[in-house]
Amino acid sequence: MVEKAILGFGRFLKAHAVVIWLALSMCAASAYAANAIPVPSTMPWWTLPLGLFVTSFLLGIVAVPSGVGGGVLFVPIVGGFFPFHLDFVRGAGLLVALASALAAGPSLLRGGLASLRLALPLAVLASASAIAGAMVGLAIPANIVQIALGSTILGIVLLMAMAKKSEFPEVLAPDSLSTALAMNGIFHDAARGQNINWQVHRTKTGLALFLCIGFLAGLFGMGAGWANVPVLNLLMGAPLKVSAGTSSFILTLGDSSAAWIYMNKGAVLAIVTVPSVIGMMLGATIGARLLHVLKASVVRKMVISLLLFAGIRALLKGLGIWV
Amino acid sequence: MTKETSHISSEQQRYAFLLQLGSRIGLAVLIASFLAYVFGLIPAHVPLEQLTQLWHLPLHEYLEKTNTPTGWNWVSLATKGDISNLIGIAILCASSVLCLLAVIPVYARRGDKVYVVLCILAIAVQLLAASGILSVGH
Repeated sequence: MVEKAILGFGRFLKAHAVVIWLALSMCAASAYAANAIPVPSTMPWWTLPLGLFVTSFLLGIVAVPSGVGGGVLFVPIVGGFFPFHLDFVRGAGLLVALASALAAGPSLLRGGLASLRLALPLAVLASASAIAGAMVGLAIPANIVQIALGSTILGIVLLMAMAKKSEFPEVLAPDSLSTALAMNGIFHDAARGQNINWQVHRTKTGLALFLCIGFLAGLFGMGAGWANVPVLNLLMGAPLKVSAGTSSFILTLGDSSAAWIYMNKGAVLAIVTVPSVIGMMLGATIGARLLHVLKASVVRKMVISLLLFAGIRALLKGLGIWV
Repeated sequence: MTKETSHISSEQQRYAFLLQLGSRIGLAVLIASFLAYVFGLIPAHVPLEQLTQLWHLPLHEYLEKTNTPTGWNWVSLATKGDISNLIGIAILCASSVLCLLAVIPVYARRGDKVYVVLCILAIAVQLLAASGILSVGH
């Protein structure tokens, strides 16, 4: 019964993709309008947290089929169009990404789609550099962070539009470091009904890139699935499903270290964080069930256009052109 | 253990179990404390009506105007509705540390010294972040 209702909802979403895009835009625009009005408005206190919940719910639905984490959508959209200061939005963004990763982590580990052996060396570096990113992010002026965020989001749009994926990359021989760390494994591919052996290479370059990715995640308060997956899959040669699962697991460590810094600095506001976390998790649950109903390429294009808009908005806000 | 999961290592199974436990407890505490906060069951440190006029401020100004403590000093205000939400958030952030601690003996028994060291390093990073030692001004 519930399954039927969700599938029906999925068909509705599929038929009304443009309407959803407009709904998200309207949520953003109404929040922007609230931002443009002097803040002590006559609106009751609960309107913006409710708007935040609805926006996060819609973002959660599109995040899964589009293959990006919720955090990367949340920070530029909420930071650009809601009146909350960017410091609080980044604190909430980290918790949104962390909660989503924690919810998915156990089943990914049990199913062999996340590998503890592959994740641990990368996660140690990513979580250490995420601390540095968080400290830098909270130390520099918000407009500089907005400019850097806008530029990074536009870079992600390019990456999403151009990056290829490889279901089973060919790794002829593992490098010496991945051999020493035994960064290999087996996962059961349910679609093929068989066990797949995998191994990785270019481990040193991968480790260096995870240092940079962790820093960016801490700096902007975003999850880093958009960068983790290409590095694991295209550079290191892990199968796509293992890359996506391990990426999500790495976030449980990277985002929690950065989240501690935001929390210790007082940048986690419950009224911003909790509706976002609950909305995103509910939306992602529905999004995951709609994977086979929604056309992923259409959702992906919609998300790319949303990110493009949010990236330009962040850049212009940081430059003081569209405040 | 089914055929599909027979290749999953024991430490990975243990990690998954504890991660699920920690994240479920954290989320339940977070939702309960948030409901108590927004329905006014527990008085807030910063009243909700006042918050709408403050949430646009840069962090340092917000902290100054609301006299909100930083670091672990929030614990002294944990009975306040808004601050009590940090308990659930702290549980979510700390859940990985428990998992890492639990897999160390498995690696140690197998003589996998590199992964014992990696787990200790990962825990050290999390504890350093959580300690509040690393704080800089805005």
